[in-house]
Amino acid sequence: MNQIFKKPTLALAAASLLLTAAMLPLQAQAHRTWLLPSATQLEGKEPWVTVDAAVSENLFDYDTNTLKLDGLHISGPGGATLQPENPHSGRLRSSFDLKLAQPGTYRISLVTESVIASYKQNGEMKRWRGALDAFPREIPANAEALRSTRLHSRLETFVSAGKPGDATVKPSGVGLEMQPLTHPNDLAPGEAARFRLLLDGKPAAGLAVSVVPGGVRYRGVLNEILVKTDANGEFSVTWPRPGMYWVGASYPPRTVAGGNPQGTPPALPERRVSYAATLEVLPQ
Amino acid sequence: MKLRSTLALSLPLLGSSALAADLAVKLDIPQPNVAEYHRPYLAMWLERPDRSFVANLAVLYDVKKKNDGGAKWLKDVRQWWRKSGRELQTPVDGVTGATRAPGEQLFHFTGARAPLDSLPAGEYQLVVEAAREAGGRELVRIPFQWPTPSAQSPTARGKEELGAVTLQIKP
Repeated sequence: MNQIFKKPTLALAAASLLLTAAMLPLQAQAHRTWLLPSATQLEGKEPWVTVDAAVSENLFDYDTNTLKLDGLHISGPGGATLQPENPHSGRLRSSFDLKLAQPGTYRISLVTESVIASYKQNGEMKRWRGALDAFPREIPANAEALRSTRLHSRLETFVSAGKPGDATVKPSGVGLEMQPLTHPNDLAPGEAARFRLLLDGKPAAGLAVSVVPGGVRYRGVLNEILVKTDANGEFSVTWPRPGMYWVGASYPPRTVAGGNPQGTPPALPERRVSYAATLEVLPQ
Repeated sequence: MKLRSTLALSLPLLGSSALAADLAVKLDIPQPNVAEYHRPYLAMWLERPDRSFVANLAVLYDVKKKNDGGAKWLKDVRQWWRKSGRELQTPVDGVTGATRAPGEQLFHFTGARAPLDSLPAGEYQLVVEAAREAGGRELVRIPFQWPTPSAQSPTARGKEELGAVTLQIKP
């Protein structure tokens, strides 16, 4: 039923974009999805933080669309599950506030599962994108040559109130997850930080990880740092300068299409998992 | 009166530009080691030293999309877009063309055609800007004198989205 399908545009969409069908016109396939907290290290009594979630062409720019907050999960010190306040969905971003009532470290995750598919109906090529449960319902019965990819995306960020606490991540065993081996709110420019990536609960070895500093609009060039996880799924990053960083990976790895958009496109996988963390490096 | 002005317009401008030389640009397009690579959109144009726009030499984008759909992303060649692209109706004969693959690419602009055939003598800058989908953007400038007193090959170098850019100009 799910055959390998060669269509470059869908392969690109599979790599990055997870939205429900109702939200997004089909041609707006943007490259970055991310969370962006207003700060990651807060001080004072019961500080507040506000977090944006968006999909965009350019990292940390509000230029494309909002992200649904349905799969939002926030865990606080002691493993408590917390609710966001004032959630809002606008044209270019969603946002919510979070009160950090206890000192320690909070983990904010947004998990989205969706399907992108293509099929032929009455000789016409059609594309569909939407939630997992909507997929079997909304694909017409007379659809031919149906190809689809299940997308699982996890976006994450960490914030601490006062002295950073336990940042241990108990893996859910589904999709790509990151275990910080260096505390994610203790990152400094010039210092190496270590993380472990898990794929469905097991170390993700040999996976390409992309690290991009914010501020691309003013800098022009990406200054992307590419690293590969070792046999234990671990990788290390030495931050070149202070700033917000996007740290992302996806599986399966995409082959380089040789720079020719009309060349042999990579095959569309049955399932694509992706992970992106927003980490802040403060000046020392 | 009318006839005279019409004649004036149809004559090539007098002076050194009447014997306009050719211009060649050798450009190194880097191939970054990324999983999702797209050939960059490129604009090459001329400016005066005060950064005012003179003329387009080349604008490369995905010309194969139907209804000129690739032109939608020309706005990502940001500095060029604000100087010229905003007002330009693509495609433009002799200026717009397809994107080029990574590696060394050569561009030749003949002095017998626009814009070089009517370029007044003076100081100029060759400006090259590249923007890559899911990548960054970079701009490089090479000042030159037109016409040049001697054969020159000034070079500038980008860091990520452009490699070495060499302007080859002869008197």
